[in-house]
This record gives sequence, structure tokens and C-alpha cells, in this order.
Amino acid sequence: MSAVLDPHGQVAGDHAHDDHAHDHPHGWRRWLFATNHKDIGTLYLLFSFTMLMIGGVLALLIRAELFQPGLQIVNPQLFNQLTTMHGLIMVFGAIMPAFVGFANWMIPLQIGAGDMAFARMNNFSFWLMIPAAIMLVASFFMPGGAPAAGWTLYAPLTLQMGPSMDAGIFAMHILGASSIMGSINIIVTILNMRAPGMTLMKMPMFCWTWLITAYLLIAVMPVLAGAITMTLTDRHFGTSFFNPAGGGDPIMYQHIFWFFGHPEVYIMILPAFGIISHVVPAFARKRLFGYTSMVYATASIAILSFIVWAHHMYATGMPVTGQLFFMYATMLISVPTGVKVFNWIATMWRGSMTFETPMLFAVGFIFVFTMGGFTGLILSMAPIDIQLQDTYYVVAHFHYVLVAGSLYAMFAGAYYWLPKWTGVMYSEALGKFHFWGSLITFNVTFFPMHFLGLAGMPRRYADYPMQFTDFNMIASIGAFGFGLMQVFFFLFIVLPCMRGKGQPAPQRPWDGAEGLEWEVPSPAPFHTFETPPKLNLAATKIVG
Amino acid sequence: MNSLRPLWHKAGQLCLALCVSLGSGAAMAVNDLKGGPAVNQMDLHRPVTQIAMDQRTLNYGMMYTCLAIFVGVFGVMFYSIFKHRRSKGAKAANFHESTTVEILWTIVPFFIVIAMALPATKVVVAMKDTSAADLTIKATGYQWKWGYDYLKGEGEGIGFISTLDAGHRQASDSGHPEPMDDYLLKVDNPLVVPVDKKIRIITTANDVIHAFMVPAFGIKQDALPGFVRDTWFRATETGDFYGQCAELCGKEHAYMPIHVKVLSATDYTAWVQAKKKELAAKADDPNKVWALPDLLARGEKVYSNCATCHLANGKGAGPVKALDGSPVVLDPDHGKQISTVLNGTAAGMPSWKHLSDTDIAAVITYTKNSWSNKTGQLVQPKDVAAFRK
Repeated sequence: MSAVLDPHGQVAGDHAHDDHAHDHPHGWRRWLFATNHKDIGTLYLLFSFTMLMIGGVLALLIRAELFQPGLQIVNPQLFNQLTTMHGLIMVFGAIMPAFVGFANWMIPLQIGAGDMAFARMNNFSFWLMIPAAIMLVASFFMPGGAPAAGWTLYAPLTLQMGPSMDAGIFAMHILGASSIMGSINIIVTILNMRAPGMTLMKMPMFCWTWLITAYLLIAVMPVLAGAITMTLTDRHFGTSFFNPAGGGDPIMYQHIFWFFGHPEVYIMILPAFGIISHVVPAFARKRLFGYTSMVYATASIAILSFIVWAHHMYATGMPVTGQLFFMYATMLISVPTGVKVFNWIATMWRGSMTFETPMLFAVGFIFVFTMGGFTGLILSMAPIDIQLQDTYYVVAHFHYVLVAGSLYAMFAGAYYWLPKWTGVMYSEALGKFHFWGSLITFNVTFFPMHFLGLAGMPRRYADYPMQFTDFNMIASIGAFGFGLMQVFFFLFIVLPCMRGKGQPAPQRPWDGAEGLEWEVPSPAPFHTFETPPKLNLAATKIVG
Repeated sequence: MNSLRPLWHKAGQLCLALCVSLGSGAAMAVNDLKGGPAVNQMDLHRPVTQIAMDQRTLNYGMMYTCLAIFVGVFGVMFYSIFKHRRSKGAKAANFHESTTVEILWTIVPFFIVIAMALPATKVVVAMKDTSAADLTIKATGYQWKWGYDYLKGEGEGIGFISTLDAGHRQASDSGHPEPMDDYLLKVDNPLVVPVDKKIRIITTANDVIHAFMVPAFGIKQDALPGFVRDTWFRATETGDFYGQCAELCGKEHAYMPIHVKVLSATDYTAWVQAKKKELAAKADDPNKVWALPDLLARGEKVYSNCATCHLANGKGAGPVKALDGSPVVLDPDHGKQISTVLNGTAAGMPSWKHLSDTDIAAVITYTKNSWSNKTGQLVQPKDVAAFRK
């Protein structure tokens, strides 16, 4: 048993006796009543991985159905349920909670705080997600099946859904409440609990990106809650916010949804930027280039994300000025995003690089995410978007930024911090296999989708004209490979580490890594920084 | 490891063979669909409108610019990856800041973006200009079919529903459809439009949001229930062009294709004639023998067209002749009145041939038996049909 599962195992340093001094629950009570940021972080990460697997199975059902023309496995109604639930589960169940898990584990360690500011709210925000997730997944077994209106839940199609739609809305409300509590916790922790000497502009990039992300979450989750509440009252209480039959406007739903939805995209990528900003300098053995501009770029992206939402809606028929405004604003986002990529490459430039698995994932992230960024720039052009909106080109684009972006950054972060979390080194050979396997199968899956989209294959189609067959087959084969790689990751990387099998990790397993998390032993003791540490001038080391 | 190599090689070959046979097995029998997708098409559809042409040009421009930037930026990264690695003895430098460089790589992309936005702006403005259309057609999205109504221009009044071929839907359900070039794209009634004319498509929907998309024309417009939106195209060549619904609209979303048939001006006129006849025929049985009271009731409604000029009392005004007491109307030989209504007169009466035979028969019968006209004469639809052409 590793330290993650058992704080009473081999724990180095003088913190060990602290664990016994504090009486905390054991067994299942340790997890149910968890108030320790490390335990809650672990819970978040395991939960999100479970959801990743469930969402992944749905994706593979979709890909199996699309392997060839004709309906072989599911009927069109079930197909729509699969696409809808794949999206909802991956966005709200996998990517978002996973980043909260990283935040729980790493923010207190990186800023030298004893724990998160609101330990019990932290517990509550995790455990709220369990009933929500159960309700979401169980909606498949409700009369009429799961919601089938797409993860965007466009009105008035939502008005035609069965009772599972209400379950879905309720689940999203709970997940939203959980996110808001998590965000409040993160903001308060970062603003109030930094070790003396760690000014905001000396703070690690991951904390910066999460601070900004948390503000985004607080700003937009209530907007989503509003949109789906209006959907709910339209369904049951005779209102007509989005129902044209009663004078409502279905386009208003889209405006409200995307006012949430676009910042949401950055909620899912900014923490990824933060992780990459730690991994690249560590393995280039060189300080992050342009720290200040990285902070400003992150903030600019966050602010711009509020004024670009309608680029998801070019095909709804906006006036010329509307299309032009949203086109210009969207294209502008590529500037701060470009700055980030340039800064990472400048960090690598004339470094002394090695390519352990975290670095491989980070470089893979920069390379493949940028492809998603470029297709995003192309999609931002209204005339081109009119051709590509709602086709597989869009599907390819957002999987390049969400899988090759967010998920790869999380893999980079997991490999980077796994020694700190578990006290055990993962197998470098298996990690590299996971990286190359994922990189290749990912591109086999999603690259052909660009061609399908350009050729005009609409998304969310259960069956398609036969000319699209070959690329669909290639994508399906790649998808199964990609799915297997992630099972491999859990069985051969995560599980052995959690069981403590492998080389014991030193306190600082990466010689180029900087930051307070490397100032505590591996695995990180149950309690860290119970008294504020004394920091050096750069706030990267403990002195005295 | 070396002893395993032939084995891996074999396995690789097997995989490759499997993929090729799987892929080509299905695609072999399928051919490119002209105006629809080509087999393994990797690019936008061949444009047949100026807008689609502009979109393709913009897309190429963006793609090559992005590719150039991509190669440039990642050329630097991979150079660094191969040169600046510890195994090659690279020692880490110590720089980590340069305001000049930061400003430079903020400003330069900014100007690149502006250079990209300018040509796109022109196309956006052109795309949204739906004025001065030659033909206006309303496309209504239903779950799960399209309804087309010709609102204005040649063919005005035509309306029909366009549904996916039932055989294709069954083939989809069967799980193993036979190879077909137009699989899921074949409809019973294609939308027919003339070539080289500005066609304005007004979209709306009956239930949920649909989207009207024809890639070769470069158009995609959501069809919103309770609201109307519009888009336009001017096809530069004749032929068949295909699209599909592009907004999730429920269970049968994948089964409501769009087929647009672009005809030459003369073919289009012929189609309009034929379609009108077909619709008229559908509306009323042309061989039905009507009784006087039924015909009068129908005729009174149709007369509202005439009353605009001839007035409700049939007296006419100014150059418009009176129908009340008119010798042409009272004439027991119906031929003269029928041909006047069908073809109009040189003096200014318009042609009413787009009305159905039954409507014309009814309105003539009405004029023969209204006001002071008490002829008791009946005109049957087939009398009118005899005078057509």
C-alpha cells in the first residue's frame, strides 16, 4: 500500500509522527469524511478517471456504430443518447473534476499552505458529484432513455425529451454547485494562504491559471444553471422562454448557453497551460520564459473568452455586424494563445533537455494542441465556418484541443507528480509506450475527421453516405486503440504506483524541477506546511 | 528483441491487409456522387457558386498560412529538441525574459490576424446580401423532411414536401445496405431551381431547429421554429447537388437529405408548367362534373381575384370592363370567355392560367350567374382543360 492509500506507511521526515498526533478517520470513513486536500485530490482524480472510462465506452459504441454504413449496433435514438452523454460525461464528469483534483493536490503544496481554505466544503463539493454522476449515468435506464438533445441541450429539442432530461438538468445543477464551491475554495486558498514571501507574481503558473479559471467558473456556472432552469420551467411549468409556440426564442437559449460554453472551453484548457508551464521548464532545466507575459496572456484569454460566444452560432443567421464582431474577437484570441506557445518553445530553446514521459506528453501537447488551435482559427472565419459548422471538422477541432490539449496536459501532470503523490517511480518504458501509443492512435482517430468535415459529413449522424466509409473505419480503429491505451495507463502505470510497486521516488525526482512541492518528501506526508515555511527570494525553496 | 522482429513484421502486414480489405471492400462498389460527396473526399466540395468559390479560396489561404506558421514554429521547436538535449551535451542557458521578443511576437501575429480578417470580411458581407432575388423559396424543416414553397418569382405557388427514399431508410435499418452512390441522399421530390439566377432561401421550421445545408453552394442556414432566416445562392451550372440537415433535430436527423436540381432556364420553365399541372391535378379531379350550387360557392371565393378590378358588383370601372351584362359573359358559347381568362387580353387583362381548371370553371360559372346575369349556364373543368395550350 502506498502513502496515497495509507498515510501510516513508510513516510520519511519529521512529519511522520504528526499523522499519529492527529486522529483522523480510517477505512471508508477516511474517504467519506475526508477533509485532507491530498485525499480529496485523490478522490477527484479517481472519480474523473472512472468517468473518463464510462464516457470512453460510450465513445467506442459510437465509433463501432459508425464503422460502416447502416445501423448495426444501436438505433438512431440510442445513438443520439450516446453522443449526448459522451459529451456531458467527458466535460462535466472527466475533464473538469480532474483539474479540480490536480488543484486540490498541488495548490496547497505549491503555495506552502497547510490545506485548502474550506476543508469541509471541499469534502462536500466532491461528494456532491457522486449522486449527480449516478443520476446522469442511470438516466440511460429511465423511460425513453438518456437525454438525446446533444451536450449543448438546444431548445426546443429538449422539450421533446423524456423524464431523463429533468434528471440530467438536476445532475448538471449539482455538478455546477460543486464546481462553484471548488472555485471559491481555490480562490480563497490562493489569495489568503500563500506562504510569506510568495507574492502573486512569484506564484507558480499552475496556481495562476487555476486562480483565473476559478473566477471564470464562478462567472459562468450560474449562467448555465439559468439556461437549464429555464429549460426545466419550459418543460413543466408552462413558461415559454425558448418555446416559439408561446412567444419564446430558441436562439436566446443558444446565446445564454454559449455565454457559459465558451468560457467553459477555457476552463478546460487554462489549467492545462499551467501544468505544461511546469513540466517544460523542469525538463529543459531552464526557467519558464516570459513568466509575466504568461500571466497576462492567461488573463487576456479569460477576458476575451467572454466576448466570442456567438462564433458557435454563425449558422443561426446573425446580422453582418454580429458575424464580423464575433469573427474579429475570436481571431484575436489566437494572439495570447500564440504568446504561450512561443514562450514554451523559448523555454526549451538552449535548455538541456531530457525526454521523460511528462516531457513527452508536454511536447506532444504543444504540437498537437497547436493543430487544434489552427483549426480553431480557421473555424473562426465566418465564411469558412458556414461550410464547416456542425460537420466532423468541428468534432476533429474540439477533440484536438480537449483530448490532445486538456487530457495530454493531465497525463503530463500525472507522470510529473505521480512520484510525489505515491512515493514510487512509474516505469519509464511503460510511460513512453503509453505516450507513443496514445499519440498515434489519437491522430489515427481524429485526423481523418478533418477530411470528413471538409467533405461535408454532418456530426451527430448515426448513418452516413457510403463515400465517407473509409475514413470512418480508420477513425473507429484508432478510437479502439486509443481506448485500450488509457486502460493500459490505469492498469500498468497508475495501479502499480498506488500499490507502491516500483522504485521509491526521491524527494525531487526531476533534477530540473522547481517549486515547493519538491521541498517535501515523496510521498508527500499526510500533513504538509503545518507552519508556514520560510522561503528564498524567488519563493521556490524553503530556507532555514 | 531481434528474434521477434519477423513476427512483428508479419503482424503488421496482416493488420495492413485487414485495413485495406475492410476499407476497399465497402468503397469499391461506390462511386463519386456528382454534386455530392466523392469517395474519400478530403477537401471542400467543388464550388458551383461564387460564395463557395470564395470560401474555398479563404480556406486554402488560411490553411497554407497556418501550415507555414506551423512549420516555422515547430521547425524551431524540433531543432531545439534535437540540438538542445542533455544527451548531446547541451548546457542550459540562463535567459528567461525579453520584453522586445514578447512585444514582437504579440504584434506580428496581431497583424497576421488582421491580414486574414480583411478578405473574410468581404465574403461575409456578400454572403449576407439576400436582396434582389430572382426567386424566393421557403424551406421548412419538419421532423424529418423538408417542405419547399415557391413564394416569389417563376414557379410562385408551387409547394411540396421532400422526403428521403423509403428504400434507403429500410436499407439503413437492415444494417448492411447494398452499395449505392446516393445512399441517404435520394429524395422523392428534389428542390428545383434555375441556373444563373439569384435564389433566396427563407428557412423556418415546424418543430425543432434544423439546418439547410448544400456544401457545393456554400450555404448553411439554421431553420428555426417560429422565426424566419434567409440565405442565398446563384448556381453557375446545372446538375444535381446534395446536402443534409446540419442541426441535431431528433431521432431521424441523419435521414432528411436535401437534393437541389439546377436546370437551365427553359427546362426550369417546363418543370414549373408540369409541376403546376401536376399540383392542380392533385388538387381537383379535372373530370369531375360539378353541380351548379357547388360551383357557385367555389366561384365566389375565386372571384376575389377578379374583384380587385372588376369590383364585387361586377360593374368594372374606367378601362376595366363590366362583367355584369357583358356579352362575352352571357354568350352561350363559353370558348371566348375561357380563353380570355386563361390568356388575358391585349387591352390589359392579365392571364390567369396559373389557376386550376376547376377554379377557372368555377369563377366563370359564377360570373354567368351573378348580379343581373341569370344564364343558368355551367362551365365544367374539362371545358377549361380543352382550351389550355
